[in-house]
Amino acid sequence: MATITLDGIAHAYDGSPHGADLQDMRRYALKPINHVWQNGRAYALLGPSGCGKTTLLNIISGLVIPSDGRLLFDEQDVTRLPTERRNIAQVFQFPVIYDTMTVAENLAFPLRNRGVEKQAIARRVDEIAGLLDLRPVLNRRARGLTADAKQKISLGRGLVRADVSAVLFDEPLTVIDPALKWELRSKLKAVHQALDMLMIYVTHDQVEAMTFADQVVVMNDGRVLQIGTPADLFERPAHSFVGYFIGSPGMNFLPATIAGRTAHVGDVRFDLSASYPQTPNSAAVQLGFRPDYATVLDRSAGTGIPVTLRRIEDLGRRRLARVALGAYELVATLPPEVELSGDTALLQVAPGHLHVYVDDHRIEGQSVEGQPLEGQPA
Amino acid sequence: MSLVLENVGLKSGADTIIDAVSLRFDRGTMNILLGPTLSGKTSLMRLMAGLDKPSSGHVSVHGKDVAKVPVRRRSVAMVYQQFVNYPSLTVYENIASPLRVAGVAKAEIETRVAEAARVLRLEPFLTRLPAQLSGGQQQRTAIARALVKRAELVLLDEPLANLDYKLREELRVELPRLFAESGSILVYATTEPSEALLLGGRTATLWQGGLTQFGDTATVYRQPGNIDSARVFSDPPLNELTVRKHGARAKLPDGRDVSAAWLAPDLPDGEWRLGFRVESAEVDAPDDAAASDASGGTSGRFNGTVAVTEISGSESFVHVDVGFATWVCLVLGVHDWTPGSKVSVRVDPRGVYVFDQAGARVAVAAPQRSAAYATTG
Amino acid sequence: MNDRPINNRAWLFVLPVLVFVLFSSLLPMMTVVNYSFQDTMGQNNFFWNGIAWFQNLLDPSTDIGGRFGNALLRNLIFSLVVLFIEVPLGIAVAICIPRHGWKVGATLVMIALPLLIPWNVVGTIWQIFARADIGLLGAALTRMGIHYNDTQDPTSAWATIVVMDVWHWTGMVALLAYAGLKSIPDAFYQAARIDGAGRWSVFRNIELPKLQKVLVIAVLLRFMESFMIYTEPATVTGGGPGEATSFLSLDLVKIALGQVDLGNAAALSLVYNLITLSICWVFFTVMTQLDQRKDL
Repeated sequence: MATITLDGIAHAYDGSPHGADLQDMRRYALKPINHVWQNGRAYALLGPSGCGKTTLLNIISGLVIPSDGRLLFDEQDVTRLPTERRNIAQVFQFPVIYDTMTVAENLAFPLRNRGVEKQAIARRVDEIAGLLDLRPVLNRRARGLTADAKQKISLGRGLVRADVSAVLFDEPLTVIDPALKWELRSKLKAVHQALDMLMIYVTHDQVEAMTFADQVVVMNDGRVLQIGTPADLFERPAHSFVGYFIGSPGMNFLPATIAGRTAHVGDVRFDLSASYPQTPNSAAVQLGFRPDYATVLDRSAGTGIPVTLRRIEDLGRRRLARVALGAYELVATLPPEVELSGDTALLQVAPGHLHVYVDDHRIEGQSVEGQPLEGQPA
Repeated sequence: MSLVLENVGLKSGADTIIDAVSLRFDRGTMNILLGPTLSGKTSLMRLMAGLDKPSSGHVSVHGKDVAKVPVRRRSVAMVYQQFVNYPSLTVYENIASPLRVAGVAKAEIETRVAEAARVLRLEPFLTRLPAQLSGGQQQRTAIARALVKRAELVLLDEPLANLDYKLREELRVELPRLFAESGSILVYATTEPSEALLLGGRTATLWQGGLTQFGDTATVYRQPGNIDSARVFSDPPLNELTVRKHGARAKLPDGRDVSAAWLAPDLPDGEWRLGFRVESAEVDAPDDAAASDASGGTSGRFNGTVAVTEISGSESFVHVDVGFATWVCLVLGVHDWTPGSKVSVRVDPRGVYVFDQAGARVAVAAPQRSAAYATTG
Repeated sequence: MNDRPINNRAWLFVLPVLVFVLFSSLLPMMTVVNYSFQDTMGQNNFFWNGIAWFQNLLDPSTDIGGRFGNALLRNLIFSLVVLFIEVPLGIAVAICIPRHGWKVGATLVMIALPLLIPWNVVGTIWQIFARADIGLLGAALTRMGIHYNDTQDPTSAWATIVVMDVWHWTGMVALLAYAGLKSIPDAFYQAARIDGAGRWSVFRNIELPKLQKVLVIAVLLRFMESFMIYTEPATVTGGGPGEATSFLSLDLVKIALGQVDLGNAAALSLVYNLITLSICWVFFTVMTQLDQRKDL
């Protein structure tokens, strides 16, 4: 087990010469990253397809050698070390099983190859099989089993070595029947609780990422946009893309001008909970808020921003209202007890949940006394 | 014009794939076939399209048996889960292909393709080949082709299943709007309850090849007619338990005998299957009364331990082991409960469906929300 | 796209094929069946002979029966030898073929080259190649002091035919195996590296199991073709020296065309056909059954 350090790791597939000019970022599938993966934690790399998350995973596993930067396992530089000497385990998108072997032999395979003593293998295989509910099929041939059982075997082979630096998961639930995903997600979480290992999980699915990970790394276009707990990503998205990508539906954004504690969207005024004295005039300033923290009320409710109702979506356990504020379409929650009359309604947003974005990056406001609320993010 | 299925059955060898399904879909309506994988959605669609012949019963469009109309002359468009496009044709030609086959005039083709490309945001890609597109763009091309055809019957078989969730979210909102104006009969198969709710219209729930309920989507969701229908229309899965009611007491599956105050007052004595969805289950701090007092559960509270929390965008689902079952509870926003921590589950009596032993819904008066069940937000 | 015809008109399109098959295979076949139960010298004179031809054929004490038995044995030995060399060799070659880059095309063309040469030309090439006086191979072997003469020494003749067949057909096995190997997703190799598996282990646990289906086809094709081999030995050795390389097909031609013994030839060709069919059937059934049983 180890701590993994990314020291200025970047990658261009056309093979940039080492230490080349990092200014020309467009060529980079993965832009420079500095990050430390702590031992025993569960991380998720989350982003849409083509965002560079798989490249990053492959750099850690050694299938891709980065064009720039260093990769450290504890203190050891492994940047150029081949996969088999890195001491990592990986679970792939599609189940990889050895057809001719039984389930038990499959699980034992990584240990047998490393000359682990027979009894120790049997013990460990039994333990992992127990965790993954594979004990009843241990002596069956692996290839006759269902896709989800096969993927459990792949998971098991990844977890069976107690000495690995990290276990990497590359979208492991892709081929699993939706009805069974629930079960496997829980299983993965439980496995991480039971085994003290560094795990890195790549996915484009926010549910998988946020359910599995202590820390989620949101990526887009080769860049890391935010690293934080699921609650951080939801409550304080550091980048407008994170706001959009996390949450269903994503965050609402409105172009705004900010003056102290008020934001103006056209003629409409929003009160902010903090003051933003120095927003540059030249930059694109946006006001962002989640549909979950915005409610639409009937116009008889009194206070609120007048909006035009476009349509109501009944999602069973909650209702969303799609409304128009001038030329902008917004989504907000329609509380269960509210009945709307007519086409106009009132929008209320909790001031504490209004965020200000300058050039897509969230900026932290200052409390009224002039003290910074939190550390100013870059 | 309408599509009518009369006692349609399909057998493959000894297996029954579709079991006596009767449905009627009208012109200009959105109809959803909701069911898990292998519940018969695709088989049913193939029967509607006339691609397969039913082993029994009839499928008719406009009063005419579809099996007797040659496939080419049927006015059907289909979109599949896989992205099916002509690989050698550009996006423009792909969208135009059904019109070319139908011999539509050139100018007319141009306007209709342009219109479809606009609403599906495909305009920048019209000259590209399908292989040069992302999955979402490929599927939008396939949808545009179905749209432009203006067929009487449009069959959409899990069209968004292979797209990533953000795109799925956006297209789900768009799709019904797109087809609503066409006046076609829309049939949309999905495994996801949330998709059915978003699309609205009418929903037919399918379970193991049989139709369990058909009606207005919101009604089917809120008033499931039987336990299969309730299960099919629940994601996360329906929370279930069986109780034996006797007088003012109810016996739980683990043998405990608790007060029946949280059950419907007019529920007769006997053994009942209860089901409730995540939104009717709240997580709270452990309830001492429920734990120490054998007569606990007066307000429908059950002590348990957290198994896992699943965080889905704006909602968190807490799986709680209550001893005789694992239930899923809803918490709005992103919250993480540490696995193993002691909590209690509060069941909202108004959200509890009662089924008899055969699984049929029993109509009971909704109990009043008890005083102990306070709103927390 | 979604137009799957269910009308019966589709059968019309199949009709020409049926007619073609009728004239090309079924009718000649029926003629052979007819000949095998009658005695004829041509001129449309037929005398009913019952099953006498078949009795002769299957009785080793008769001349024809003895010849048949010996030739059948030679065929079986030849097929087995050829399979035992070509299948492993083909897999080995396939594993060595590069997977990426321009080398793929070049290598594949080279491997496929022998397959593109007409069979009688292959025979001619090897006939000249193997000549002890002027042939590159024959002369070189003789020069090295190895006793080699494919027209006089049965061992030399056999070795020549086997090596020729290996040269001719290993490429096909290699191409099939290569296609099979290419279809194995990269993840399997990556997983094996991560699991610490060695090269042999990768072959044994990943490549060979994944090749199984392709290999069944390769073995079947190779068996059928080698069991019915005619052109190459006919050109190179003519079945000699003596009867050493006289396979069933060569014998059949001798009986039918050389001796105009149509009855015997017809019976022999029917039995030959049946043997080929039944061996293939048994082989295929056993392989697929084994395949299924492994899942349990």
